[in-house]
Amino acid sequence: MATIEIDGKPYQAQPGQMLIEVADANGINIPRFCYHKKLSIAANCRMCLVEVEKAPKPMPACATPVMDGMKVWTRSAKALTAQQAVMEFLLINHPLDCPICDQGGECELQDVAVGYGKDVSRYHEGKRVVIDKNLGPLIATEMTRCIHCTRCVRFSQEITGIQEMGAPGRGEHTYIGTYIEKNIASELSGNMIDLCPVGALTSKPFRFAARAWEIQQHDTIAPHDSLGSNLHLHIYRNQIMRVAPKENEAINEVWISDRDRFSYQGLTAEDRLTVPLIKIGETWQATSWEKALAFVKEGLKKVISAHGNQAVGALASPTATVEELYLLQKLMRGIGSHNIDHRLRQVDFSDQNAAPLFPYLGQAIADLEHCGTALIIGSHLRKEQPLLNHRLRKASLRGAKIILINPIDYEFNLPIATKIIAPPAAWLNHLAGIAKALLENRSSLIPHSVEALLATVSPDAQQRALAQTLRTGNKRTVLLGNLATAHPQFSVVRALAAIIAKLSGATLGYLGEANNTAGAWLAGAIPHRGAAGNPIAAAGLDAYTMLTQGMKSYILLGLEPELDSCSGTAALKHLQQADFVVSLTAYRTATIENYADVMLPISLFAETSGTYINVVGNWQSFKGAIQPRGDIRPAWKILRVLGNLFNLDGFEYTASDQICDELRQQVGNKIIGNKTAWQIPTHLELNSTSGLQRITEMPIYSVDALVRRAIALQHTLDATQVTGIHINTQVATQLGLTANNPVIVKQNGAVINLPVVIDERVPDEAVLIYAGQVAQIELGAWHDQIELTATC
Amino acid sequence: MNAITNYIKSLFLWELMKGLSLTGRYLFKSKITVQYPEEKTPLSNRFRGLHALRRYPNGEERCIACKLCEAVCPALAITIESAPRENDGTRRTSRYEIDLLKCIFCGFCEESCPVDSIVESRTFEYHGEQRGDLLMTKEKLLAQGDKVEQELAADRAYDARYR
Repeated sequence: MATIEIDGKPYQAQPGQMLIEVADANGINIPRFCYHKKLSIAANCRMCLVEVEKAPKPMPACATPVMDGMKVWTRSAKALTAQQAVMEFLLINHPLDCPICDQGGECELQDVAVGYGKDVSRYHEGKRVVIDKNLGPLIATEMTRCIHCTRCVRFSQEITGIQEMGAPGRGEHTYIGTYIEKNIASELSGNMIDLCPVGALTSKPFRFAARAWEIQQHDTIAPHDSLGSNLHLHIYRNQIMRVAPKENEAINEVWISDRDRFSYQGLTAEDRLTVPLIKIGETWQATSWEKALAFVKEGLKKVISAHGNQAVGALASPTATVEELYLLQKLMRGIGSHNIDHRLRQVDFSDQNAAPLFPYLGQAIADLEHCGTALIIGSHLRKEQPLLNHRLRKASLRGAKIILINPIDYEFNLPIATKIIAPPAAWLNHLAGIAKALLENRSSLIPHSVEALLATVSPDAQQRALAQTLRTGNKRTVLLGNLATAHPQFSVVRALAAIIAKLSGATLGYLGEANNTAGAWLAGAIPHRGAAGNPIAAAGLDAYTMLTQGMKSYILLGLEPELDSCSGTAALKHLQQADFVVSLTAYRTATIENYADVMLPISLFAETSGTYINVVGNWQSFKGAIQPRGDIRPAWKILRVLGNLFNLDGFEYTASDQICDELRQQVGNKIIGNKTAWQIPTHLELNSTSGLQRITEMPIYSVDALVRRAIALQHTLDATQVTGIHINTQVATQLGLTANNPVIVKQNGAVINLPVVIDERVPDEAVLIYAGQVAQIELGAWHDQIELTATC
Repeated sequence: MNAITNYIKSLFLWELMKGLSLTGRYLFKSKITVQYPEEKTPLSNRFRGLHALRRYPNGEERCIACKLCEAVCPALAITIESAPRENDGTRRTSRYEIDLLKCIFCGFCEESCPVDSIVESRTFEYHGEQRGDLLMTKEKLLAQGDKVEQELAADRAYDARYR
């Protein structure tokens, strides 16, 4: 510990800390523009000059390490003169356009200028003008306002890992921009808006909408990825104007992904449903809540009396809150049916009884930063969970070895040690090979059934090398991504991953899918376990069975199954054939109109109170921040009244936190962990498939109904490059296909025309088709054989 | 002595004469009563009457939707909504309303305006037959500005040296 003196008071500091860190920790304000605690130190704005004893000139506080006995003055005459002089220099070229600048009122430069600036400029020459850049649909630019702090440049280099921004030119001619004219493609790009201390980079969807002083700030939890990032909502006249990150070092640090930042636009989508609708004959009628709910009760009663209570099935979106999911399962189980599920993209449920309490990351989020070796199976991590990817990127830059087993050669922004790119069917071979290689010189005891399972497997050199890598590194982890969960033989993938983890001494973890997947498991929105994972007598039907074999009646919570599930075609068919479909939906679409009998408008993220549980099991509750439009009601209230209508016990809630407390009590101190939560498969079918295999990925901006309606996100590169059928050059030349031309795609009897996209990331013998796209629904299941024929 | 003086003054109706002489003086003096509405008093160039939104000489509206007037208004009489203008993307108001029933004519809006857009004109003779008539919308404010622009410009030019 070093003792330093700032403004005459002694403070304790760690040797090597910068002065500004000590000052910040002790609440001493030093003005700064270029310094940011999460970025490297540039010391190029010179705003943080302070007087240091025995130093001939003022020193930048952000780049001066503390030394024992150091004496610093932040507001002495010398320091203030220096700061004033720097301010004058910075203001030479800064335009006086605060009245039209979106940053006005919350601008660091403006604040400091009030404190340090002079009222009259001594500079009479012309000001520098910089031509604006177009950085895409998310970030608006006004580059003349730039003060060259280079925070955005360092952010793109150090955090997003893609050198998208730079500062070409020198002196007066320096400007910030993309080197070549292009959009910013990073999934974290929105953070540049927060980083920019002036109004050079601002939010495009927010442009000119409101002023900082009119905005009310509410806190909430992000509704998309499994992390549950903490958010600030900025609200003006009952509308979300923008979203900013709330600092939480354990979860999202100071960042949020673009998906969490801009998806609020989906709340005001044109197709938002605002009144309850019931279908009388073939026409839709707006009605009151009383009539609509009575209609639901009648409809469900009719189905139950005709076909029994097992004919009713409930499907819920894992983006719904814990309270909603808990009440939905309570309602279903009250009716007498265990047919409830939220796992719409999973196909293989054979080992679900062995599954963990919820898909748990296996370690704290921050621990990922310190892992030594990570094997990631089936995840486009950068787009699925951008901030988990950032943690792994930090680990990787510190020397961690990242090993990938992926269907597509995704572009990662971190150094990858080894990667295996193969269609999902071939993963089993690779995983079994790695497991066998680990088994050959094992150190831990392993059941004989595992040895028997792997008896016929013979690992190749690559698998052996991989196994060797997995043995090294101090903290090892095996992570299962969303593509692994959707694998047609997920139970085997899980078992092999668990065996690999066990043999290599690694932690097994799941990367999680939606923001409340863990919550859905704990709330009991699964057919084989009750709330809090309590055992039940007989399991109900899983989502895949319900959608592919058909039910007489469906209750849908916040879903568009044709886009959200992995069996869109079958889902549509069976929903249309069902006698009675209740859709608790926020949006009114032609497809829902087609199959549903009742549409109940539900409130979405930010409009309702609730709780989300993230991938590490943090319960994060939040309050509603805005009043929803029209007759929209929170889904938990709708489900509560439905429970009352069915005369079920235990539906007397008056507030959502009562529901959460009830579940919390049931969960108690249940142990979470993945270690033993798997099952040794009876046999290993290492199939060698032939022909083109379909690989399906859910693109980042199609994952749920809200984000599909966020206009700005839908104009980004990540959202526009998901159409068509992606094949590599080799497959294209083999079949005589050329880019952009339509091709006849056949899958299991379905035939559609799609344009060809040449995509070198796709392996041979495979075709990449994105899910969640209306044009591709008709093709059917996510994993299948594909036949391509050129149109003549 | 005082008593004697008072007695003489009261005997000769001195006080009455004194008052009547004042009345008599004013009877023959030139008159200052203004015969409103035929006649009007002169107004200061800083007079704070009906609000107006001004334009630049090329016809472009001055207001840039900075919302400072809305923020400073002590009576909360101003409501502004802003958005990028459709044809050129510049920052403009999509709604600008002053509720004259709330306004206390303090002139803070005028003072806060960085572009001399919202001003208080010399117009003070206006009325509304319904409540809504006294809600000055953007169109009404711009129309008022167009109507008295010459006067507004002259007043501001005259006052420039004091600002």
